[in-house]
Amino acid sequence: MTGPSCRQALTPFFLAALLITGAQLAATAAHREFYLTQLILCAYYACVVLGLTFLVGYAGQISLAHGAFFAIGGYATAVLTTTPLRNSTEPWVAWLERAHWLARRPGLYGGEILTVSPWAAFLAGLLVACLAAVLIGLPALRLRGHYLAMATLGFGLIVYRLLLGSAFAGAADGITGVPPLRLGGWLEISGRASVRVRNYYFAWGFALLTLALLRNLLVSRIGLALRAIHDNESAAQAMGVPIGRVKLQAFVLSAAIAAAAGSLLTHTNGGLGPSEASAMKSVRYVALVAAGGMASLWGALAVSSILNFFSLRGWFGTLDHAVFGALLIAIVAFAPGGFGFIWRGVGLQRRLFRPRKKRLDDDPRNP
Amino acid sequence: MVHLLQYVFSGVTVGSIYAIVAIGFNLVYRTTGILNFAQGEFVMLGGMVAVSLATVLPLPAAVAAAVVLVAAMGWLLEVALFRRLRRHTLLHMIIITIGLSIIIQEAARHLWDEKVRSLPYFTGDECSSVRLFGAAMSPQVLWVLGITIVIVLLLMAFLHLTLPGRAMRACAANPAAAALAGIHLPNMRALAFALSAGIGALAGCVISPISMTHYEMGGSLAIKGFAAAVLGGLGQPMAAIAGGLVVGLAESFSVSVLPAAFKDATAFAILLVVLFIRPRGFFGRPFAEEGRNA
Repeated sequence: MTGPSCRQALTPFFLAALLITGAQLAATAAHREFYLTQLILCAYYACVVLGLTFLVGYAGQISLAHGAFFAIGGYATAVLTTTPLRNSTEPWVAWLERAHWLARRPGLYGGEILTVSPWAAFLAGLLVACLAAVLIGLPALRLRGHYLAMATLGFGLIVYRLLLGSAFAGAADGITGVPPLRLGGWLEISGRASVRVRNYYFAWGFALLTLALLRNLLVSRIGLALRAIHDNESAAQAMGVPIGRVKLQAFVLSAAIAAAAGSLLTHTNGGLGPSEASAMKSVRYVALVAAGGMASLWGALAVSSILNFFSLRGWFGTLDHAVFGALLIAIVAFAPGGFGFIWRGVGLQRRLFRPRKKRLDDDPRNP
Repeated sequence: MVHLLQYVFSGVTVGSIYAIVAIGFNLVYRTTGILNFAQGEFVMLGGMVAVSLATVLPLPAAVAAAVVLVAAMGWLLEVALFRRLRRHTLLHMIIITIGLSIIIQEAARHLWDEKVRSLPYFTGDECSSVRLFGAAMSPQVLWVLGITIVIVLLLMAFLHLTLPGRAMRACAANPAAAALAGIHLPNMRALAFALSAGIGALAGCVISPISMTHYEMGGSLAIKGFAAAVLGGLGQPMAAIAGGLVVGLAESFSVSVLPAAFKDATAFAILLVVLFIRPRGFFGRPFAEEGRNA
């Protein structure tokens, strides 16, 4: 299969950029700039959903651990940038400081506190998430169906319980007071109202960049291999696709995206709590992937932004979780093409996105 | 020594609840090929309905009514929802049952509230205790163990001695052949859902005085029950008992070494280790044979 032409591929990016700019201008003109705060969070959550779409929709590997990967990135940032290194005479601390991995900032009660710099913490979060993804992915991706779902769910719950029970992670309170992440002289990632518009464009730029990266991967050899695995694992293997390696790469990439989004969102919010790692969060990400149409990056971006925006604005009230649960059932059971039909036209969508009639294969390991 | 025994009793008590959830998983899985992630919600609903009914009915009647109501709900779920979804892929079914468990949970939160509630003790009260080999325990523990044993025995008798039970096993072993022999497959699937919901609800009632009933309890019960089912071998209804006891014992002994906050993490860690090392469990058959259960 050859990818669509360059112009075809770029059109949605232009439309998205227009929409994003339009939303900002409208919000500013209407003196409703506070909406941008939720839209920034939406962009980061959308990145997680995009990474998960890549894994679930295209590679066919379910993960109920993405809330945990998101939290790993976020907590690495929060813990490392708020824990003061007191014994700064230790040789390793001096070495880290010479390598510019530490940062000094004025403390709340005067004086100066020395912590890991936000950039080093960001990278540490990515590294830990990738490591965890490899460790859990190596054995878990040999499993299929129910077993993979439960294994990733089990991992997610372990991370949740550990965060909830650990004093260094702030237990049930989580962590607050995370310093901003500085990007050059003109942008700092934080929740301050004065940098809101810049942060808005940065967040959406990050989301579009993630989408572009995943889209390019999907039309590359790796993407073709993943889709082959989704359609028929045995056939893909017979055609020489190294299924174990490709699945693991997809899993690690999607975990790393979740961790990066978690870290950036933690800087935006100035903190985070253990509920980010809860099973409900992971399930909601899967719900959004399903609602976006399973194998549609643009669908995932659009649907997750809209629904997360409503959810963050509190429009669903106490029905918040119920909306996502109902969405899961309604979309997956009765409209597996997701909300795609709205912009694709019902007839076309029927032809392209008919649910595949596939054998229920209970064999949890590759044959 | 007495401490040891105390841990054993508490482990066996929660373990038998996990075992019942695991049996429910297996019944539905064998007969329909669906792994119902909402299995834990039946336990929660059983407890909730019984607590509400116990205010107007005597306790045994309330428990019986709760079991019947929840079993009817399980039957209704199959007839109204799962029966229409036979053509969906495994991935879709997983997502749908997860969605279902969220809906049931949220419905319970709105129907009742977020309070923790419990049934009265079946005999005695929270202060009465029975001594066994020097270890003290609540008489409710004996109720839990006794009812678990009764459920298992009755279920075994049903599956092996009665006609519908044998039809259900035939349905699990070879759906095509069972259909040819005149067994109505959809009815059997609905019966499996009703049975697993019913025994889940009964478990929810007996455990309610000890571990309380809360709208959020279903999720972690489901995953621990699944751990038990996998440990025993998925699709082996009775092997799940051994699995449940192992998970329960490991959990209760972990409290003596690890902080209590990590108790749940132990059960999930066991699940991961088993899935990675021996995914077919202690008593499961190799997967090559299990592929036909579709």
